[in-house]
Amino acid sequence: MKVIEVKGLTKSFGQFTAVDHLTFHVLKGEIFGFLGANGAGKTTAMRILCGLLSPTSGGGTVAGYDIRTQSEEIKRNIGYMSQKFSLYNDLTARENIMFYGGLYDIPRKELKQRSEALLDRLGLTPYASKLLKDLPLGWKQKLAFSVAIQHSPSIVFLDEPTGGVDPITRRQFWDMIYEAADRGLTIFVTTHYMDEAEYCDRVSIMVDGKIAALDTPAALKIQFQSEDMDEVFRKLARSAVRTADH
Amino acid sequence: MAAIQVNRLSKSFDKGKIIALKAIDLSIQPGEVYGLIGPDGAGKTTLLRILASLLLPESGTAQVLGFDPAMEYQEVRKIIGYMPGRFSLYQDLSVEENLQFFATVFKSDIKKNYHLIKELYDQLVPFKDRRAGKLSGGMKQKLALCCALIHEPKVLLLDEPTTGVDPVSRREFWDMLMRLKQRGITIVVSTPYMDEAKLCDRISLMQLGSILETGTPQEIRKRSGKKLFAVDADEKYSSLVTIRAYPGTFSCYAFGDKHHVQLKSGAPEDLSAFLKSNGIQNFEIFEIEPDIEDIFMDKLSRLS
Repeated sequence: MKVIEVKGLTKSFGQFTAVDHLTFHVLKGEIFGFLGANGAGKTTAMRILCGLLSPTSGGGTVAGYDIRTQSEEIKRNIGYMSQKFSLYNDLTARENIMFYGGLYDIPRKELKQRSEALLDRLGLTPYASKLLKDLPLGWKQKLAFSVAIQHSPSIVFLDEPTGGVDPITRRQFWDMIYEAADRGLTIFVTTHYMDEAEYCDRVSIMVDGKIAALDTPAALKIQFQSEDMDEVFRKLARSAVRTADH
Repeated sequence: MAAIQVNRLSKSFDKGKIIALKAIDLSIQPGEVYGLIGPDGAGKTTLLRILASLLLPESGTAQVLGFDPAMEYQEVRKIIGYMPGRFSLYQDLSVEENLQFFATVFKSDIKKNYHLIKELYDQLVPFKDRRAGKLSGGMKQKLALCCALIHEPKVLLLDEPTTGVDPVSRREFWDMLMRLKQRGITIVVSTPYMDEAKLCDRISLMQLGSILETGTPQEIRKRSGKKLFAVDADEKYSSLVTIRAYPGTFSCYAFGDKHHVQLKSGAPEDLSAFLKSNGIQNFEIFEIEPDIEDIFMDKLSRLS
């Protein structure tokens, strides 16, 4: 089953084509790495896929809904987490769960039960009434991820989820991603850590608004005669004509 | 004389609730590229801000080329160039106006020191009339470095200049730093990216306000003395889980397309047999040299 399927997806701002005819799909339960240099068009593409921006031409579906006509349904059926924006530091762990659950219209009674179950599963029950800012970074991240998927979306978008995180916490976070994918959740993730690109089932690399390569990490390394994904990335990104400024 | 000398430096915030630096000692030599390596919350920014005379230490002392940033901040500010982690130029001034402003404030002029920034600024010239707030992240970073260099500082303090920057741009930035080093500028740079450690002359690994380890990247790797094995398996996730389930495993972490394993005891052959008997096919185990990231993680896991 395809959770994302897009064809000829294009977004222009005036003369500038930020996203140029993207055609690709993402399967259910897949961990899909979405890479590209700064300015390659990743953010614009993600915004379209999340229903925040309408394409200039081309289209497709996300979670079964049409990108052009059903952006509200898309927003309800996806999860989103970024390092920069996720939880509220001045709310407690429990309040954060309740708040986000409320946004997604989870009935209050059910939400209460579910938050307690979630806190319990994360081992956070003793700290549920602590302000988020007083929790260690690793816990916050686990909570942010769990909150982003508590409304049972079919896909979760993770925008550089591990920036600035210590190397152990970074790997614990990937353990969570693996487990969630194992349960059938589709993961769409961007990262600047090329070792993390290796953990993805398939990886796409954007250059100048287009997808320059898309395959499993193993196949990409063969295709570009590279030792690791860092080298694949460098070979491709160096071919870029445009910079982030235009 | 050391370019930067720090003794027992401590700092806390929020009435002592958050301890940012715990009696840090550091000695940085003139002309060194010195890396402060660690995740968010390690204390890197606090340390750099104290050195830049923007924060007062609670206890302990710091010296920058012999001057105390707490007492002789006017001297310190003349000789340092500081690039904060958050973009702090004037968003409403143009690229050129920002540079002009910084040159003027430091009683310098652009022409006099153009040689220092030429390589960077040449890339900014096409956008010189654009407002700084409208630049991309990469260009903002280049402009910020130009502004930090325009008064010909002897010491550069760079707070996470490459965070959130893609791998290609990161490498370009480091090439640039290497050329600045050639001019004899002492460079202190903080980063959460462990792979940048090997580009520094010396580093300190930092976590939660403490320094875990100091030395050249080579020294630190040699000093660790731990045996480390890599497991390269077709089935990445199931092999990871199985290695962790092996009673002789001390730690096992994914490292790109391989897993890095430290054993409590026993030989890798025993692990190999365990994996086979648990259905893991097609894998190789071999000994490897620990990387800075391995060592950092080892230190972290032993702290907690």
